[in-house]
Amino acid sequence: MIPASFEYVRAGSVDEAIALLAEHGDDAKLLAGGHSLLPLMKLRLAQPAMLVDIGPLRELNYVNDEKDYVAVGALTRHHDIATNPVALANVPVLAHVAGQIGDPQVRHRGTIGGSISHGDPASDLPAVLLALGATFVVQGPSGRREIDAADFFVSFFEVALSPDELLVEIRVPKPSDGQWGFEKLTKRAQDWAIVGAVAVRTVDGVGVGLINMGPIPLRASAVEAAVASGSNAADAAAFAAEGTEPAADFNGSVAYRQHVARVLVRRALEKAGV
Amino acid sequence: MLIDMKVNGTSQSHDVEARTLLVHYLRESVGLTGTNVGCDTTSCGACTILLNGESVKSCTVLAAQAAGDEITTIEGLASEDGQMNRVQQAFQECHGLQCGFCTPGMVMAISSLLTENPAPSEADVRIGLEGNLCRCTGYHNIVEAALAASRVPEMQK
Amino acid sequence: MSILGNRVLRREDPKFLTVGGTYVADLDLPGSVHLMFVRSSMAHAKIVSLDTSRAKAMPGVIGVYTNDDLGMANFPTIMGMTNAAMTPPTLASGTVRFVGEPIIAIVAESRASAADAAEWVIVEYEPLTVVIDPVEARKDNVLLFPDAGTNTAFALDFGADDSLFNDCEVVVELSLANQRVAPCPLEGRSAAAHMTEDGRLQFSSATQAPHGVRDALVTFLGLEPEKVHVVTPDVGGGFGAKASVYQEDIVVGWCAQQLGRPVRWTETRSESMLGLGHGRAQVQHVRIGGTREGLVQAYRLEILQDSGAYPGFGTVLPFMTRIMTSGPYKIPKAECASVSVVTNSTPTTAYRGAGRPEATAAIERIMDLFAREIGMDPAEVRRRNLIGKDEFPYTTPVETVYDVGDYHRALDLALEVAGYEDLRAEQARRRAAGDVRQLGIGVSCYVEITNGLPDGEFGAVEVRPDGKVVVRTGTSPHGQGHVTAWSMLVAEQLGVPLEDIEVIYGDTDLVPRGAGTMGSRSLQIGGAAVNQAAVDVVEKAKDLAADLFEADRGDVVLDKSSGSFHVVGTPAVSHSWADLAKAAVAKDGNPLFAEVDLASPGPTFPFGTHISVVEVDTETGKVTLLRHIAVDDAGRIVNPLLAEGQVHGGIAQGVAQALLEEVVYDLDGNPLTSTFADYSIISAAELPSYETRFTETPTPINALGAKGIGESGTIGSTPAVHNAVCDAVAHLGVRHVDMPTTPIRVWNAINEAASGNASGKG
Repeated sequence: MIPASFEYVRAGSVDEAIALLAEHGDDAKLLAGGHSLLPLMKLRLAQPAMLVDIGPLRELNYVNDEKDYVAVGALTRHHDIATNPVALANVPVLAHVAGQIGDPQVRHRGTIGGSISHGDPASDLPAVLLALGATFVVQGPSGRREIDAADFFVSFFEVALSPDELLVEIRVPKPSDGQWGFEKLTKRAQDWAIVGAVAVRTVDGVGVGLINMGPIPLRASAVEAAVASGSNAADAAAFAAEGTEPAADFNGSVAYRQHVARVLVRRALEKAGV
Repeated sequence: MLIDMKVNGTSQSHDVEARTLLVHYLRESVGLTGTNVGCDTTSCGACTILLNGESVKSCTVLAAQAAGDEITTIEGLASEDGQMNRVQQAFQECHGLQCGFCTPGMVMAISSLLTENPAPSEADVRIGLEGNLCRCTGYHNIVEAALAASRVPEMQK
Repeated sequence: MSILGNRVLRREDPKFLTVGGTYVADLDLPGSVHLMFVRSSMAHAKIVSLDTSRAKAMPGVIGVYTNDDLGMANFPTIMGMTNAAMTPPTLASGTVRFVGEPIIAIVAESRASAADAAEWVIVEYEPLTVVIDPVEARKDNVLLFPDAGTNTAFALDFGADDSLFNDCEVVVELSLANQRVAPCPLEGRSAAAHMTEDGRLQFSSATQAPHGVRDALVTFLGLEPEKVHVVTPDVGGGFGAKASVYQEDIVVGWCAQQLGRPVRWTETRSESMLGLGHGRAQVQHVRIGGTREGLVQAYRLEILQDSGAYPGFGTVLPFMTRIMTSGPYKIPKAECASVSVVTNSTPTTAYRGAGRPEATAAIERIMDLFAREIGMDPAEVRRRNLIGKDEFPYTTPVETVYDVGDYHRALDLALEVAGYEDLRAEQARRRAAGDVRQLGIGVSCYVEITNGLPDGEFGAVEVRPDGKVVVRTGTSPHGQGHVTAWSMLVAEQLGVPLEDIEVIYGDTDLVPRGAGTMGSRSLQIGGAAVNQAAVDVVEKAKDLAADLFEADRGDVVLDKSSGSFHVVGTPAVSHSWADLAKAAVAKDGNPLFAEVDLASPGPTFPFGTHISVVEVDTETGKVTLLRHIAVDDAGRIVNPLLAEGQVHGGIAQGVAQALLEEVVYDLDGNPLTSTFADYSIISAAELPSYETRFTETPTPINALGAKGIGESGTIGSTPAVHNAVCDAVAHLGVRHVDMPTTPIRVWNAINEAASGNASGKG
């Protein structure tokens, strides 16, 4: 319940945060909403020597309409995305999914940047951002770079961020039309997904993301290809488990999760108008 | 480190370790024990308070993160002369509490819910309370209390 | 106008709603030190070495203690009935037998420094073979207590009649699990203790039984009873798991004696999930036999009870299960036998229902299978077998005597409220259409035993010279609302307003004796004792009034509407309660009071019918509870608001067991559900509002006509929900799904039935 001791520093700006990360390396962790990191620290599963608090940085808290895409500041809270008019109008699937994360209290603190930087394949947002073909803007001592969502999730709880880098913006291309589907199987409303699926109409056809079907968030590429070549929802969904390596636990065997993936992908595709 | 914040309208300043959770700052440094700790995985919501008017699980916020913010706890809801607000009143009228341990968190969560959704449906309330666990009441009367409170005009709180 | 039977709002509430309750962790104890336990991370191992030197040297650490430091005898057997070679030490000694078993106590200046020091305790283990499955444990291949020579801690065997089912046209059997669950009161265990200046041990405990805690401290710490003062402040739920004393409580007391400073301990939730007793955990085998017309003729229940690592109250709960073997049915022949074994898991204890939910769950499940076998509606089969209202008192084949009931009335009312016919029609429509989302309807008829232990209860009423009333009770409420309910009882007798009545409980100095609150006993024995004391006080008052009025005793009238006494015919000349209280003192120096030690008149048997409606997504196995109807009869209802609250809470826990909750261990005995994140404690989002009704069939057993209601909601609901889920997929060839009916369990059942059908095995 009580974390191990650490040094706490509040960063006054993004540059200051980066400087602190560069100086302290692996000893320092960023603190945004704290709802991925603090739970680990309370169980002493993580014991960083220093926390760099970037939570109050207003400059990273925004949802802007940038014509072809929507720019979301990394420190925008789930609640703010869920209720933001620009998000609701342009990327409603993102607003919807942000509004389902955890519970209301978690959504008042958790941030999109913090959530996706954590690299948890059971999180909802990474799958959605994959399906939408988002890009992430990352800032480090040598400036900014962009990474495709597809390249951001490296392995289990590991993302393509150096220890001295900070995710600053998420760029979400606007989907081609308003149709999307999001299906999540849980035992209880506040639970992580046993399996989840999201389908979004994009300019290239359909983007399909999977939650908790492997060590990293996945795109169901075979499903996307099937839709692109004219398959209906049921036929395309038959490929949902391809390339997945879901874990087996008391909530689901591998076979069960793969079956549920096919069901949820079909339902998500149907809702997305396939 | 010295951490300042406003709690129930009063300025507070206490020297605590950086690792001090907001819930412990409130309970032990400020001395307001109404907010309870029910779990260690951010699951139960017994620690729910309002941070700048929004419901937050105070067990998953460092006191340091809340420096400069405005906190409202259960102790800060009733009026100066002890008149309970509409949510507190509804809890009494609907028998929305038994052992009382989850109650402050429930009341704060519902207060925030009604601010964001002034006329919720039953389903809205139930989903809105997904982060607040109760073992005694079976939730039936808590939900009724939330809906009853929503029907009382706000100025009468 | 009687106040009884009214929905009186709780007097307890304003404090909880404005400043919150005062739980043990909230107590202001200046100068206190903090106690924390280091617990076993192994399910079964020898402790090769314990290195506490680094921990002792950590900042703020005052002491680090092992069982050797305590020098105490082991905890006793359970009521003298369990295997004496299996008693637990206070702290683990030599061998650890479950993950979470406390090994070391660390006392430090702050909780944080205790937590930091705990990281530096080094325990070297030599792993022993782990046995988690009670079926495996029963084989006695791996013994938890080699000296015992067995893993059997307790057994009930009243002989078996091999011819039990000989004359039955239809015989159906089933093996089923009543799974291990965790009680999860929102407040975990907590205690605080200090030595007072006059050498007494002052002990605050989050307990359901303060006098039991006092007695344990007396025994273990070698103190005289008058040297121990136990207080319960507000307690955040118990559900049976806080009705017994834990090893940790004794260590808190011991540390307070040793250190001469206040010691406080509050467990974390993760600790609580390991250390607070678990509930249920029975493996059951049932057999039912009857006629094709639906009459049940014979029933047998065999129980394998998982005790956990050390015998606890859970070990002997099959005794309670056996008492309710035949449920609300007129079954001519019924038997129940049990074996309780130890396994490398958390000890099991009483948990809401404590043995009786297990009885109801078993018979209600097999009744559905019997109904299916003979092609009869499950409600109709029950109707044909329920004990009739004119057949009470009714003695069952296991010699339990049910007091009174009208089981058919509860069934009929439940069916009516549910709209049963319409539900079956909707189910039929969905089945014919092959809907993905199928409807399931489950019925559960139950009867249960409350106030089942022989303890009496203490009650006292005193009228002060200012006319205010002080009530003392030996019950120990932790959410049940006894302050309100006992005030109502006293107000009813005395005609004094509720706000003038103070109810004292949970303090062994102020209340001389009491058995506490558990087993749905409080109203019928504790409230009844208070009620009797109130009646006695009225009689004494009338004696005093007769003296004051210089009138005949028989002419004295108590006008309850004004709370005053007068002589019949001259109401204008009256004496108040305050007058009489002063008169009592003036007469012989004693206050106007009465004390009662009410002997238990015996148990009572609340009953009812629950009906559950679920929707099953047959593609994913996910179950949604759509409706839950509960008709419960607890005899006379003193406060329907409080009674409903108890039913609601019970239903939620019962539904949770059917659908969601399960304590899971891996094969090495590591708990997989030891936090609120992975243990699926049910939330408002998974539940509907309930449709509850009471029927009132007063019991002749006690003066109030009241039975207990606290556990009925749990007992009646679990089988209704469970049956509903099995019913939803019965047409797909599924015979049974074990609880909890999680999505994967339901889907596996559907899948296996489907592949069974495909290969012609049907």
